[in-house]
Amino acid sequence: MIRKIDRDYHRFKDIIKGRIKQNLKKYITKGELVGAQGKNVISVPLPQIEIPRFRFGDREMGGVGQGDGKVGQVLGKAQEDAKATAAGNEPAEHALEVEVSLEDLAKMLSEELKLPRIQPKGSGQITHAVNRYSSIRQSGTEGLRHFKRTYKEALKRQIAQGEYNPQNPVVVPIKRDKRYRFWKSTPRPQFNAAIIYIMDVSGSMGDEQKEIVRIESFWIDTWLRSQYDHLVCRYIIHDAQARQVDQDTFYHTRESGGTLISSAYKLAKQMIENEFPQDQWNIYIFHFSDGDNWSGEDTKLCVELLQYHLLPWVNLFCYGQVESRYGSGQFIKDLRDMFPADEKLVTSKIEDKEAIYRSIQEFLGKGK
Amino acid sequence: MKRLAHDIEALRKEIASMAKGYGLDFFEVVFELIDPAHLNEIAAYGGFPTRYPHWRFGMDFDHLTKGYDYGFQKIYELVINNDPCYAYLMNTNTLLDQKMVMAHVYAHADFFKNNFCFKQTHRKMMDEMANHACRVRSFQEQWGEEEVESFIDVCLSLENLISIYEPYGGKATQPKFPVRDILGFLAVHAPLPDWQRDLLSLIRQEAYYFAPQLQTKIMNEGWASYWHSKILTEKALKEKEIIDFADHHAAALSMRPGQMNPYKIGIEIFRDIEDRWNRGKFGPEYEACEDDEVKQDWNQQLGLGMKKIFEVRKNYNDITFIDEFLTSQVCERLQLYVYGYNKRNGTYEILDRDCNKVKQKLLNSLTNFGSPLMEIREVDFEACGGLLLYHHHEGVDLKISEAKETLERLEKIWKKTVYVQTVLNGERRLLLYDGHEHKERSA
Repeated sequence: MIRKIDRDYHRFKDIIKGRIKQNLKKYITKGELVGAQGKNVISVPLPQIEIPRFRFGDREMGGVGQGDGKVGQVLGKAQEDAKATAAGNEPAEHALEVEVSLEDLAKMLSEELKLPRIQPKGSGQITHAVNRYSSIRQSGTEGLRHFKRTYKEALKRQIAQGEYNPQNPVVVPIKRDKRYRFWKSTPRPQFNAAIIYIMDVSGSMGDEQKEIVRIESFWIDTWLRSQYDHLVCRYIIHDAQARQVDQDTFYHTRESGGTLISSAYKLAKQMIENEFPQDQWNIYIFHFSDGDNWSGEDTKLCVELLQYHLLPWVNLFCYGQVESRYGSGQFIKDLRDMFPADEKLVTSKIEDKEAIYRSIQEFLGKGK
Repeated sequence: MKRLAHDIEALRKEIASMAKGYGLDFFEVVFELIDPAHLNEIAAYGGFPTRYPHWRFGMDFDHLTKGYDYGFQKIYELVINNDPCYAYLMNTNTLLDQKMVMAHVYAHADFFKNNFCFKQTHRKMMDEMANHACRVRSFQEQWGEEEVESFIDVCLSLENLISIYEPYGGKATQPKFPVRDILGFLAVHAPLPDWQRDLLSLIRQEAYYFAPQLQTKIMNEGWASYWHSKILTEKALKEKEIIDFADHHAAALSMRPGQMNPYKIGIEIFRDIEDRWNRGKFGPEYEACEDDEVKQDWNQQLGLGMKKIFEVRKNYNDITFIDEFLTSQVCERLQLYVYGYNKRNGTYEILDRDCNKVKQKLLNSLTNFGSPLMEIREVDFEACGGLLLYHHHEGVDLKISEAKETLERLEKIWKKTVYVQTVLNGERRLLLYDGHEHKERSA
């Protein structure tokens, strides 16, 4: 069913993305919902547009609040939540604790960026059932007992029966209080995917560029994981030489020296040949560099490797060029010139952190 | 539209007759059971199933949906002032929640029907909103989506410039300055094509419809919370539901540090009034008594509490309600304080817990809906057709960047130079926008 609100919703999204009504762009403020995902704090972006009006400057205004605290106690920095909620006509709201799973994050990402679901290659004949403990039952094995829910039920019962004594808060669950986790299983065809991340760590790639790579790879990883049951990651760093490293080293190494991109491509080629037969794997390669390759000769070699080996094997080859303080190199242009129409090769320029969103969209927007 | 499930309908009848039994007097309430996504859609539309097309409803929907999906918040009740009242129940709620919401809604419906602020409101607003939507859509067909929406944006910048006490009279009246219903004045006198004039008055009409709800937010929510709590605890609750009720009730009335919960303040004041009038803790004799202990135990067993709170719900709005009934005892119990901005540290700090200061601050924030009080003083300012607005400065400056933007939008409507006279940093200033640039001078 098409909802009436969808039109307004899409219109709002289009304004936020700067597609329409540029004149409203300056009123966009970046709100966010902050929640926790396990131990990590995540925030859900909540952009809003505030229409200008005659209103008071909030700073001088102050207001009335509720709660503990002595006179003089600091409530918070300006711009934070300390503002009183003026009497408004907002509907009644109820704050809850929040936990966001990686799966939700992926969903959010796909909604935000309109990423299509990936059509995996491979037969997908083999199905397997995915079990998720997502519901609660009144019976089950003790190993699956939900401790918190059980005690909460017991506490409720004891209070209702008048058996609870706050001075001596003993809560004893009886059989009908017990709650057990229960799974639901859904059959899914199994597809395998491998991601090979390649990063240029030559002298010109600074911390800021790595930060960009790290953020972007996290989101790419999250998305691909939501699309495949079985995902393997490999990491390659290169300057004039390439080597395979673990994830931690990948993000934290800083080398100096020149750049021979072909070295990394050769290593990726070997890796695929040895580990990931292309008829069974969906292979992704993401390469991040500032695009300053050592010589035209080496670029030629890269192009050959791509053309005859890598591109025929992979679902997608993504090249992201981050801007370093030495500017942006030639490599992206070379790739664009050499492969103007190859659907499997996607290039994207990432000028700064702001550009990450757009770049992810460019990489994954085709559903490959 | 789904019919209410059988068991909920049975509950509804039960709750309605309990509410009537207590003397609540309401319009018929039509409940609809809907899913969360639909509820968020209606909430984004301000409680109505249909509104005119505009992106800001989409924005509200985005925020509500994200809040719900990620578990930050959920809407418990939604009811609109209309005859009959329409109210929405979320189909994922437990039966206990539905009971609580229904009791709450019946009290809102009683408030809408009886409180004096709502006397003039359009009681067929549901239909009216649908008509507005039709009108705006037909404008869009004729003038283009972009064009119409942009003009609505302009109007919304001026949406708060109305005056519930002195609505502007219409074509027959010769303007008598000052005029506080700026939107009304513009809808009659600004040089606008018919469709824009119509849009401006449509937005003004909706602003007037919503205004009484802003005037009585604390009372209305307090009243509804008072009744859902009373009806449930005295009559409707089953034993096994008590704990969950206490939990949900407490959550709705919870106070977060640094914020103010209108539900909580409202219900506490209503309960305090009931208690005081039951025991005769009012009037000259009580006020004159200086012995705190005697005052505390004061009890003349008058039993006037119930009568009094019904009277209060009829004849007061938030401002008079707070002014008259926020006593120092309630203030202390609610742990209210005044906070302010400390320029030196860039932080907000607790400034004072004195009841009179709290009351004053609260009243200030409620006056004129917390908007600056503006009025039109002249329409031929400096003899060139300029529109002069005057800002009644009561200690707080206008946010200057937004004031300028708003002037630009006002100029789009008035089409000649627009001025606003205000006070900035203690000096009288005149800001103006002539369609090309902003100027500022002392006034």
